[in-house]
Amino acid sequence: MEFRQAIRDALDEELARDERVIFFGEDVARPGGVFAVTPGLQEAHGSDRVFDTPISELALAGAAFGSAVCGARPVIEIMFGDFLPLAMDSLVNQAAKYWYLSNEQASVPLVVRSAIGAGGRFGAIHSQNPASWFTNVPGLKVVAPSTPGDAKALLKAAIRDDNPVLFLEHKRLYSLKDDAPAAEPAEIGVAAVRRTGGDVTIVSAMKGVHDCLAAAELLAESGIEAEVIDLRTLRPLDSGTVLESLARTNRLVVVEEGPMTGGWAGEILSLAIENALEHIDDAYRIATADTPIPYSPTLEDAFLPSAQSIASNIRSRLGVSTAEAVGFTG
Amino acid sequence: MSTVAPAAGAATTELDRDASIALYRRMRLIRRFEDTIQSLFQRGEVHGTTHLYSGEEASAVGVCSALEPQDRVAGTYRGHGHALALGVPTGGLLDEMLGRSTGVCGGRAGSMNVVDLDHQLIGCFGIIGGSIAAATGASLALRSRNGVAVAFFGDGTTNHGYFHECLNFAQVMKLPVVFVCENNLYGEFTPWEDVTAGQIRSRPEALEMSAVTIDGNDVWTVHAAAREALAHARRGDGPYFIEALTYRFVGHSRSDPGAYRKPGELDAWRQRDPLKLARAALADVFDVGEDELAEIEAAVDGELEAAVEAGLAAPYPEPGIARQFKD
Ligand SMILES: Cc1ncc(C[n+]2csc(CCOP(=O)(O)OP(=O)(O)O)c2C)c(N)n1
Repeated sequence: MEFRQAIRDALDEELARDERVIFFGEDVARPGGVFAVTPGLQEAHGSDRVFDTPISELALAGAAFGSAVCGARPVIEIMFGDFLPLAMDSLVNQAAKYWYLSNEQASVPLVVRSAIGAGGRFGAIHSQNPASWFTNVPGLKVVAPSTPGDAKALLKAAIRDDNPVLFLEHKRLYSLKDDAPAAEPAEIGVAAVRRTGGDVTIVSAMKGVHDCLAAAELLAESGIEAEVIDLRTLRPLDSGTVLESLARTNRLVVVEEGPMTGGWAGEILSLAIENALEHIDDAYRIATADTPIPYSPTLEDAFLPSAQSIASNIRSRLGVSTAEAVGFTG
Repeated sequence: MSTVAPAAGAATTELDRDASIALYRRMRLIRRFEDTIQSLFQRGEVHGTTHLYSGEEASAVGVCSALEPQDRVAGTYRGHGHALALGVPTGGLLDEMLGRSTGVCGGRAGSMNVVDLDHQLIGCFGIIGGSIAAATGASLALRSRNGVAVAFFGDGTTNHGYFHECLNFAQVMKLPVVFVCENNLYGEFTPWEDVTAGQIRSRPEALEMSAVTIDGNDVWTVHAAAREALAHARRGDGPYFIEALTYRFVGHSRSDPGAYRKPGELDAWRQRDPLKLARAALADVFDVGEDELAEIEAAVDGELEAAVEAGLAAPYPEPGIARQFKD
């Protein structure tokens, strides 16, 4: 099943299961979304529950917040993650703080879905990964799946969660396929070990997981066995799975599609240093340069971490050249 | 408050024969540029997505031909037309779409984010409403230099917070800014009336801002309205709002076939193609003959062919030389 279909199914099933769930956004209902993720939901669930809105991100997020504190379970779509700053006030200053400040009078069960990520030549303002802008906000969960199965199970969990959840969908994953996902919701905040290996722990999320898995195959040719961890959720972070792996491999590489400065990769390094200094032989980040995302193919390709660049980076950091391809035992 | 639209089809005598021919040439250049982009897209030379301006040429050309050199313009992600109307070099713009180092932004910006300060373009803005804010701010700086800022934006954008906040800001401060709403009837795939309460023009009018609704497909009408708006702003009478009624002949962006259009709508608007109207008016009012028109058209086609050839031969930027931010 395609990633986009998994998301559609999660919405479809949750709209059917719970009449409090509503879904709205720009061009999501009749046209079915700019990435063709949501066709047919309006026909199935009616225009009171699934509807198109004006181009009004501030109103969308505010409406989601207000309806959520009054008993609805809204899911909204902010078309591109780059437009999230326009919705940020309601999410950050209202939704994320409300449960705490109101002394727990009402929760804010809303979900914001948004398409993020580079690699499509969409230029600087349609390609960003806004995750780190939001992982700094207490009260907000940030979910970032990498597979169709997780997309479905985690979106269902997000909709059932009583907290505001930002649900990030990497554009380059929409056409990715895997087996039909389970109908059950997953647990938010639990990472997955996608590949086991004893030499180095590579941590990533979303499309980065696939790049890291491909990099791990390249590293295996040089005799380096990498363990690849898919975070699945960026807030709350599953530090246990990361630290456990690090204790076995003693080396940690975090791969983030996003600028290094202030990114979530730095948070994971901090966790490791604070909790497992004795296990660390090496720990570092691979992220994008601190520039906007360029349009030109040559610039964008060089800008983004790729399987090749991740593998060669790790190889050279570990002092193993491709030519040597000798067994690396750590 | 002026709300009376100038008569449609008015090839004005404010512009002489040569100036009028220049308007047509510019519109033709934009149309052929967009056709070229579309075919280069199909060949995989233009990447990501683009939002073409075909059908709306009279709006950009009519407004930009009325500007003074000290004026500045903020365009949209549908900005090729805004850029070319300002005289951004065809080759530099095309090379930008091709992602080459010879592009006006060195290949960094692409279709949606072009900037060319040498040609009065403070930017094209991929976030809707960004153009409105940028022009409002520009007018703050320009007022001491007798300059006016112009913001282009679509009908869908009038529902955005940027629109409401900036129009009020500009009106309260009596800023020299002209807001040009290009009402092409759709925001992406949604008809404007499905998501917009009331009439667009009543919004600036509620702020007691001078506003006019015009035929956005007649380049002389647009030019005349822009002259009035610019003079108003330059006099210190504050912002001015133009709603230009027009239509895009293509889908919203690359992958959109435009299936949501109402039956017959496209054909009806094609009858009112701004190039067709201008061609007819040039013949009627200025007696421009078929030969002369054909010569202009051939020259434009030649300019584009040369640009494509040069662009495809131009180098891609070297990743290594991208500068970091200045300290
Ligand atoms: C803040 C923001 N929200 C959504 C989008 C996605 N988007 C791009 S164009 C567009 C429609 C804009 O319609 P309109 O203002 O009428 O301009 P037109 O495209 O018709 O020229 C939308 C929703 C965006 N670019 N920016």
